[in-house]
Amino acid sequence: MKTVIIQYNAGNIQSVLFALDRIGVEAIVTDDEEQILQADKVIFPGVGEASTAMQYLKKRKLDQLIIQLKQPVLGICLGMQLMCKFSEENNTQCLGIFDEQVAKFKPVEEQLKIPQIGWNNIYDLQSNLFKGIENNAYCYFVHGYFATKGKHTIASTDYGIAYSSALHKDNFYGVQFHPEKSALVGEQILKNFIEL
Amino acid sequence: MLTKRIIPCLDIKEGRTVKGVNFEQIRDAGDPVELATIYANEGADELVFLDITATNERRKTLSELVNKIAHHINIPFTVGGGISSIEDVQLLLKNGADKISINTSAFKNPILIDQLALEFGTQCVVLAIDTKKESDGNWYVYLNGGRVKTNMLCIDWAKEAVGRGAGEILLTSMNNDGTKKGFALDITHQLSTQLSVPVIASGGAGTMQDFADVFNTAKADAALAASIFHFKEIAVPSLKQFLLNKGIPIRI
Repeated sequence: MKTVIIQYNAGNIQSVLFALDRIGVEAIVTDDEEQILQADKVIFPGVGEASTAMQYLKKRKLDQLIIQLKQPVLGICLGMQLMCKFSEENNTQCLGIFDEQVAKFKPVEEQLKIPQIGWNNIYDLQSNLFKGIENNAYCYFVHGYFATKGKHTIASTDYGIAYSSALHKDNFYGVQFHPEKSALVGEQILKNFIEL
Repeated sequence: MLTKRIIPCLDIKEGRTVKGVNFEQIRDAGDPVELATIYANEGADELVFLDITATNERRKTLSELVNKIAHHINIPFTVGGGISSIEDVQLLLKNGADKISINTSAFKNPILIDQLALEFGTQCVVLAIDTKKESDGNWYVYLNGGRVKTNMLCIDWAKEAVGRGAGEILLTSMNNDGTKKGFALDITHQLSTQLSVPVIASGGAGTMQDFADVFNTAKADAALAASIFHFKEIAVPSLKQFLLNKGIPIRI
């Protein structure tokens, strides 16, 4: 079993590495095409800004590489958003794996802080990624943009609006929350991904 | 529904926790990793580590500790204390910290907030403010752990900091800190309702009802406390159950 975390200019890569280590999974962090292609599992993390991240991926031709991967791929947070078609964050064309669009949260009521920071429920769980996870389990989120609901939605969360907290198409998975920071629930989801 | 967060705070000196702790299940009361693990397992939503070391070895010791914590803790954690440069922050984030908190250094050099937000994202920049209500009825910013008074109003500095890219405000009331008579509801309410970012209330927690008040009345997004947790006057699980029973959104 070879697990690879894609290295690029987005934060939280270290946290994902530590989380995998806690569940006994050794992973390597790399942007090397051969290593990524040969991996059994690929994790595409990210905290940061969409257009800057896409530019970096294009420069390294990682954009072309990611869309042709055949093994299970897990996008986390910005990673998941970049796997969508388009992001309102600086009007960025993304990888287009998921048809869903990425939009900005609007403060519909005065208490709604943007970005959303903290623990929120995930519900309508529809994937092996959530094996053993209870409906309405809590996960840790930090984001100002969200993926709309669509045919690839496999988990939903409410923050002013109901949105996709996880997406799935073929071998591609994405989660908006941070499994690496979501206590035991997050560790179970990472284990489930590794066991896919 | 997004929940209110309960955040235990650990004071760190030379890589060890200080201020007493009173946990029976803990073998070594000075080990921050052991204490942090207990809190994480008990359902704390986040942790804050405040480094109060003043030696030159500080950065190395702290980054080693952060690395150890990051290997063991499965919830987000913030590191603060004496952080004054991009390099300081880089080292801590590289070792696994999720957020850093800045206080005096940001006040003296506000552009630091802009730089950190640009370099690492607003989500990891927590601005800590120590504030005190003076006899004129206004809340002022204090620096250097509360030793130095400024003429800046707390709300003005908080607004400026958010404009520069602070992603959260950690608000400590010096009037309330250590009193166990409850959080400062007025200034917490003012910041929580006027700022676009989450506010973490700190200082004064004595009872479980104090937490309910700071969430319901003052609209805080999170509440931080230290000694009441360390001395087991209030346990995290019973506090969270109490708040949930009051109808406050809480992760159990």
